[in-house]
Amino acid sequence: MKRYSFLELAKNAFSAHQNWGRQWRSPEPKAEYDVVIVGAGGHGLATAYYLAREHGIRNVAVIEKGWLGGGNTGRNTTIVRSNYLWEESAALYNHAIGLWQNLSQELNYNVMYSARGVMMLAHTIHDVQVAQRHIHANRLAGVQNEWLSPEQAKDYCPPLNISKNIRYPVLGAALQRVGGTARHDAVAWGYARGADALGVDIIQNCAVTGIRRSQDGSVEGVETAKGFIKAGKVGVVTAGHTSVVMEMAGVRLPLESFPLQALVSEPIKPAFPCVVMSNTIHAYISQSDKGELVIGAGTDQYVSYSQTGGIHISNHTIDAICELFPHFRRMRMLRNWGGIVDTTPDRSPILSKTPVPGLYVNCGWGTGGFKATPGSGHVFAHTIARDEPHPINAPFTIDRFRTGRLIDEAAAAAVAH
Amino acid sequence: MLLIYCPYCEIERAETEFRCGGEAHIARPSDPEKTTDDDWVEFLYMRSNTKGIAAERWRHIHGCGRFFNAVRDTVSDEFLKIYKTGEAKPDLEALAREAGK
Repeated sequence: MKRYSFLELAKNAFSAHQNWGRQWRSPEPKAEYDVVIVGAGGHGLATAYYLAREHGIRNVAVIEKGWLGGGNTGRNTTIVRSNYLWEESAALYNHAIGLWQNLSQELNYNVMYSARGVMMLAHTIHDVQVAQRHIHANRLAGVQNEWLSPEQAKDYCPPLNISKNIRYPVLGAALQRVGGTARHDAVAWGYARGADALGVDIIQNCAVTGIRRSQDGSVEGVETAKGFIKAGKVGVVTAGHTSVVMEMAGVRLPLESFPLQALVSEPIKPAFPCVVMSNTIHAYISQSDKGELVIGAGTDQYVSYSQTGGIHISNHTIDAICELFPHFRRMRMLRNWGGIVDTTPDRSPILSKTPVPGLYVNCGWGTGGFKATPGSGHVFAHTIARDEPHPINAPFTIDRFRTGRLIDEAAAAAVAH
Repeated sequence: MLLIYCPYCEIERAETEFRCGGEAHIARPSDPEKTTDDDWVEFLYMRSNTKGIAAERWRHIHGCGRFFNAVRDTVSDEFLKIYKTGEAKPDLEALAREAGK
């Protein structure tokens, strides 16, 4: 791998940047791998990267139906935070926050992680109580989170409307300063380049059509558009399509896939300093480095794989944004799109072994998987390499739905997030 | 936004009048004492999450308030059949063939 540096930049400037090499190879699949990862999104690529780097397992393929980073990795609103209620979640998401800090240096790839702060608004007395409970729980768990009055919130985010005479007045906010945004594409590209340099084969435009199991029930390999690929272990990291892929191995999961929408405005000069979220009116907003306002809406209410959602959902979000930030009222939206998110009943992910020996699944991130990308890949690689979970993802099993040890972030925040 | 036909009101209305009730034809275990943990998991949590033709429940909350079932293609979001609660689950494969899916 050619390291990117100022010197490289200067050298390439002399040839008008025409001679930069490819960031990763496009190999044909080998007949056999130690580990096959299905799905080359951020989580899948991170898993392959940490398998190679931390566990020395380099005979790995990542197989992707489309192009890498083309699913939810390229469709989310790029928010990074870890202020979840339960200790299990706080540990998992905070593990990711720890990895985000040095990710650009580690990958030698600028993922543009920007800890600009994530502010979550409270609009009702109930919201205030829930937010403060979160803050107390977070601080006990060693997760940064603090309470702001409406005036302090406005000080932190000047465009915010803290008038008392609006439909959802701001009664305060929870601020996580270490939260922020990162460049979603760069995360996938950085992990792809890093994994490729360590010998991982990334096989794009090759759909997995089946999971073959041997006589004793264990995984033998995957059937793909380019033929059968033998594999000692298979990790499925396919987000919204997890139910479809796992059905190939006869495994049922507690998942439902919903469309989740996002939209961006026309680009403007820097006007919005942080990330603002509101669970009550279900809107999130930040400004990208290109200048576009990036706005996230809620999920549709029905199972769908259409990658498009109802216009009334994004309309509702825009109503809320216009009320909270009145000076954005006359802005035009450039694009909107949908992604398919796989949600679990307790709104916490599943990073787990499965009843099929050699088959592992990383799914159920619902509407908020991007923030966890490095941590998710890190602990999932551990789970695959050692055939046992890392202490951090040990609670995130499929079996928790049988034992009743749910990690109920749904009840904790009353929304999917 | 979906347009949904309510089989009780016998009228097509906007999706915002309805609440989706998830996968249809999941029967509650009739004898809780004899139901195993695995059966409870299946009833409470496991879902087919079908990509393609699937039956689901809808409720006309801002209309008659009643539940009914619908068969929808989860790829195109197109409704193929709407029927009242209590009616038998239609043959999904036949519906798919009729619709040319």
